[in-house]
Amino acid sequence: MTGNILQIRDLTLSVAERDGSMATAVDHISFDVREGEILGIVGESGCGKSLTVMALMGLLRDDVKATDGQILFQGEDLLKISPKRRREISGKDMSIIYQEPMTSLNPLMKIEKQVAEPLKLHGKVTKEEMHQKALDLLTEVGIQDPEACLKAYPHQLSGGMRQRVMIAMASICSPRILLADEPTTALDVTTQAHVLDLLKRINREYGATIVFISHDLGVINRICDRVIVMYAGKIVETGTCRDILDAPCHEYTRGLIRSIPTRDRKGEELPCIPGRVPSVEDPREPCPFAPRCQRALEICHKEAPPSVRIDEDHTACCHLC
Amino acid sequence: MKYFLRKTLILVLTVFLISVFTFIAFHIIPGDPAGLILGTNATEEQLEALREQLGTNRPLSEQYSSWISGFVKGDFGSSIRYRMPVSALLKGRLPVTLALGLISLAIILLLGIPLGILAARMRGTWVEKVIHFLTILGISVPNFFLCILLMWIFGMVLHFFTPGEYISYTKNLPGFFRSLFWPAISIAIPQTAILTKYIRTAMLEELGEDYVRTARGKGAGETWILYLHVLKNAIVAVVPLIGMIVASVLSGSIIIEQVYGIPGMGKLLIGAVTSRDFPLTQTLVIYITVLIVITNFLVDIAIQLIDPRIRLSGKS
Repeated sequence: MTGNILQIRDLTLSVAERDGSMATAVDHISFDVREGEILGIVGESGCGKSLTVMALMGLLRDDVKATDGQILFQGEDLLKISPKRRREISGKDMSIIYQEPMTSLNPLMKIEKQVAEPLKLHGKVTKEEMHQKALDLLTEVGIQDPEACLKAYPHQLSGGMRQRVMIAMASICSPRILLADEPTTALDVTTQAHVLDLLKRINREYGATIVFISHDLGVINRICDRVIVMYAGKIVETGTCRDILDAPCHEYTRGLIRSIPTRDRKGEELPCIPGRVPSVEDPREPCPFAPRCQRALEICHKEAPPSVRIDEDHTACCHLC
Repeated sequence: MKYFLRKTLILVLTVFLISVFTFIAFHIIPGDPAGLILGTNATEEQLEALREQLGTNRPLSEQYSSWISGFVKGDFGSSIRYRMPVSALLKGRLPVTLALGLISLAIILLLGIPLGILAARMRGTWVEKVIHFLTILGISVPNFFLCILLMWIFGMVLHFFTPGEYISYTKNLPGFFRSLFWPAISIAIPQTAILTKYIRTAMLEELGEDYVRTARGKGAGETWILYLHVLKNAIVAVVPLIGMIVASVLSGSIIIEQVYGIPGMGKLLIGAVTSRDFPLTQTLVIYITVLIVITNFLVDIAIQLIDPRIRLSGKS
């Protein structure tokens, strides 16, 4: 591990409401992404994980604005760079895989053109080079008949194959950072395992840093080195994968772990966290998780929890730690 | 092959049904061609003689079967009003309407598609607002009023052309095209407005799709995304509309031909209906039907060529 490739400082993302006001969806979060690691971001739907990743990629929807903070990549603040510079980084130094492999490919364009597109956008390459590179990448991601796949249209491929194509497409320019927004959610379990192995290989063999979003701690456990747990737009706990899964400190993390189905608890009722994630317009308590926390004290409703350092890499935001 | 056979069968069936409907409709509505030709002073004997001559006093089924058996052989019958074969009449009118239609069509496509793309590209700016305003205007202004307006401004005030002047293609071909230009503009304006509006909507809809986000994530810029990704997808959505425009423009515009005094199919049709000229009306109606069925067929083929998800059924 050689230092941080991305530094996120006080990142704040606000969503424009219908009445014109701005609601905070991601609230002053700071974290580092270390060179070469696989960093997991976990949390329920609506916690701001996807928004955070979209902000890193510069792909926020029109109604979402970064209202504060910095995203530092190689000394540049990605929130301040020109659209032109942004386009130079996107797809080349940093690329992304989405949750929906079914709709993320252009239905009217052949796979070859789509896979090779980043090459065409980011450098002068000949047609033969593009073809060869696309072919290599499809072979690399484990597609059986890569020549046929290049000539196919997206609708002719299965979900798993499309996600492989997406991965090939995202890796064709050998990016230094690969963002993966729940890439396995839409896939069946067997395909999920293949895709996770593939991402792991891209990380180990090519040294690509991966930021992996999931709501599934089981998946995070299989692939990540470090984990960030997000709740209602805040980071509630960070640590190595072992810290988080074996010695969770925050009640929210514990709740998430308790709700992973395991073999030894077969037949028992699966515990879940009561209540739901507050939506962006809902008023927040000082500790956003306090209303759902079973161990909440009086102070939890009055004061914001401090960031407590438990171990070298392990931090939690909780009055109880 | 099966696909083409099926389509041809549908074409024949549609033409047959339409011909029966026009025939029936023609005999339900009051009016007698013989009476219209001879005027109010004609005696009953004169009328009877003319009816005998035209064949309009025979039983309906006989009239229809004699017409259709001729039609199948390529004989469209004789016009009652003009007292000449329908085919000879069409020969003079069809090229005029086709030329007018094709000029209009070129204007519609060359203006509508780029304007729609421009509106989508300039979304949220004053350019889009201006285009939006103009399309609403183009769609809502009545056609006859538009013709009068154009004639007044460009014909009488600016003297770009002489209103009502038509030059036959047999006499002066460049002059013929020149005399069709303003009528073609009149046909094109509302259709261009509709096409622009649809292209803009389709493009904006496509811009919200996930694959556009994927392309942005690869570092593609706005122009790249619009032309290489969005345009083709948007065109698929507007091909049926383009088909409708083609069919309506090529069937001849009754209003425009009437206002500008152009001897085309539209003008022929209105004359045929008002004078109860059955063989002529029937032929014109069938021309329009065939045109519509064939453009629909071409629309199907065009969509299948653009969109690989849709394939000709029955094609091996």
